[in-house]
Amino acid sequence: MSNIAHRRSPLLNIIIWGLVLIWIIAASFPFFWTLWGSLKVQGDFFSKADWTNAITGVRTQIETGGAFTGNGYFGAWVTKSFWEAAINTGIIVFSVVVISLTLGTLGGYALARSGKRYAFYLLMLALIFRAMPHITLVSGYLLPFFEWNLWGHLPTAIIVMVAINQPFTLWMLHSFFLNIPKDLDESAMVDGCTRFQAFRHVIIPVMWPGVVTTGLFSFLLAYNDFTVTATLLSQSNQTMVPKIASFLGTTQTEGNVMFAVAAVVSATAPLFVLILFFQRQIVSGLTAGAVKG
Amino acid sequence: MKNRNFFWFILPSLITMLLFIALPIVSVVVQSLHIEHEAVLNEVENCGPFGCKKELIINVDETKRLKLEKPLGEFNGFKTYTNRNHLAFEEIKLAWSQSESITQFISTSLNLPFYRALAFTLTYTFVVTPFVLFFGFLIALGVNSLPKQMKGPTIFVSLLPMIVTPLIGSLILFWMIDAQGIIGSILQRIFDDPNLSLKASPTLTWIMLMVYGVWHSSPFAFIVFYAGLQTVPSDTIEAAMIDGATRWERTKYVVLPHLMPLTIFILLIQLMDNFRVFEPIVGFSAQANATSLSWIIYNDISNNEDQFFGSAGATSVLTIIGISVLLIPVLIRTWREFNRKVV
Repeated sequence: MSNIAHRRSPLLNIIIWGLVLIWIIAASFPFFWTLWGSLKVQGDFFSKADWTNAITGVRTQIETGGAFTGNGYFGAWVTKSFWEAAINTGIIVFSVVVISLTLGTLGGYALARSGKRYAFYLLMLALIFRAMPHITLVSGYLLPFFEWNLWGHLPTAIIVMVAINQPFTLWMLHSFFLNIPKDLDESAMVDGCTRFQAFRHVIIPVMWPGVVTTGLFSFLLAYNDFTVTATLLSQSNQTMVPKIASFLGTTQTEGNVMFAVAAVVSATAPLFVLILFFQRQIVSGLTAGAVKG
Repeated sequence: MKNRNFFWFILPSLITMLLFIALPIVSVVVQSLHIEHEAVLNEVENCGPFGCKKELIINVDETKRLKLEKPLGEFNGFKTYTNRNHLAFEEIKLAWSQSESITQFISTSLNLPFYRALAFTLTYTFVVTPFVLFFGFLIALGVNSLPKQMKGPTIFVSLLPMIVTPLIGSLILFWMIDAQGIIGSILQRIFDDPNLSLKASPTLTWIMLMVYGVWHSSPFAFIVFYAGLQTVPSDTIEAAMIDGATRWERTKYVVLPHLMPLTIFILLIQLMDNFRVFEPIVGFSAQANATSLSWIIYNDISNNEDQFFGSAGATSVLTIIGISVLLIPVLIRTWREFNRKVV
């Protein structure tokens, strides 16, 4: 390609750079600001006198003797037992990812290889299920779950989230399996494999990139969920997000806001790491559904 | 694939979806037709030094027993749908006959909880969705023309607002716009008004929530558009350039049509997600000034003491009807396109 023809006018260049710069600041600044603020005391992060106190940390110096303080983190993790919530979140997220991928690969594979009319109807049904607001489903669960004593337990929340996650998982894995050539498993079946053996020995070894990408999104759904975990889990099984929300109910006490701020930063950190390692998969996953239909 | 094989492969997935998505929808419909038992009242004669008085006392045991026996409550037909907290036919009729102008009628109706939530949900959906498409496209164009080594870090940063937990994302912004937070106090200084608070006024709250929505969802549109830009056929672009098309014309006549299917995809996902707006309202503690349909359902069921399943059910059914109406045009389009591809 000729570079001269593609050269932009200086004005356009400035506009583009300005635009991207503004976006970068808008997207990242809130996170760094909150991370910074979480190491200060409340009097600085929510300063009545002057917002620049949050940068200089005047009150932090006076109250704790250092420029930074870990009081918020100590309060959240130890005093308010945020670690329990973190463990619960870990259990839920791990189970949801494993179960929804197992069900999703089987189903997605079947949908990709069927070629029948009803497979298409099933995909459309899944799309309609995807549109259901989660809270409407939750309001349908509550009464039966109370009646059958299923309410409040981790497994209940896990299976509900697996189900809510299925439509999306099916769509995504279906489009990944479409990209794996049909000849592969069909030739295995010509050689005498049953359908399941073909899946087991031929498809499973080559499906991992698609499964990892889909798994990332299952992870995000389970990790970020508030609706299901806040309504279906009892106090003792609470996960991180509802726990943070419950910190807010008690903000009147000095310092509790800082617990929430520290908890928020702690809960965001894993997501940060996730993008750091899986940026490419996340991008490809977002586009897989769109570009391939 | 043989039908039998297909059946066994899809079965586990299908069962979970039927049990935990289809069945709850049925359950919600059933619930919406019932109403909680009223407390059983007993008349008790209370005699004291100043004569006897008759009093009504709640019979706790009897009420409990009734609740255990029939947890669904009593059959109520469509009365929950038409009561004041939902479609409020009576109140609307009254407002219609009493209002002198159409604006007065609208403002009276918007005081009713369901219509208030509906108004916010629809406004949110129809404001945030186009802005997300617009900003996403703009950022994609911008990032696409950056030098190569800049693209990776920019995409990394861009993913943050999208991937962060919605409740946490809204809390982060909420603390910044607090009157004592950085944005809140800078705004106070700019407008020279020490009492300026974004939380106090309904209009500002709405704007704040929508700004959050755009901030949260733009990265999604950006990534999808950005991927689409990589596949724009360079032959067509070059042909357009030889024909003398300006940069603007090339964008308008080549790039945009190429991205059309992606736009439909983003539109579909955004309509679904924005219509269920809920977490930001909790995060921004905005319920005094803005409620959404999802929020009023949550409000009905989240209280552990008094849960209004009938009311939550009715709102849920109305919400499902709402999202269906909203999505039918997009769904039909997806259906047709998919059909064409399969056949």
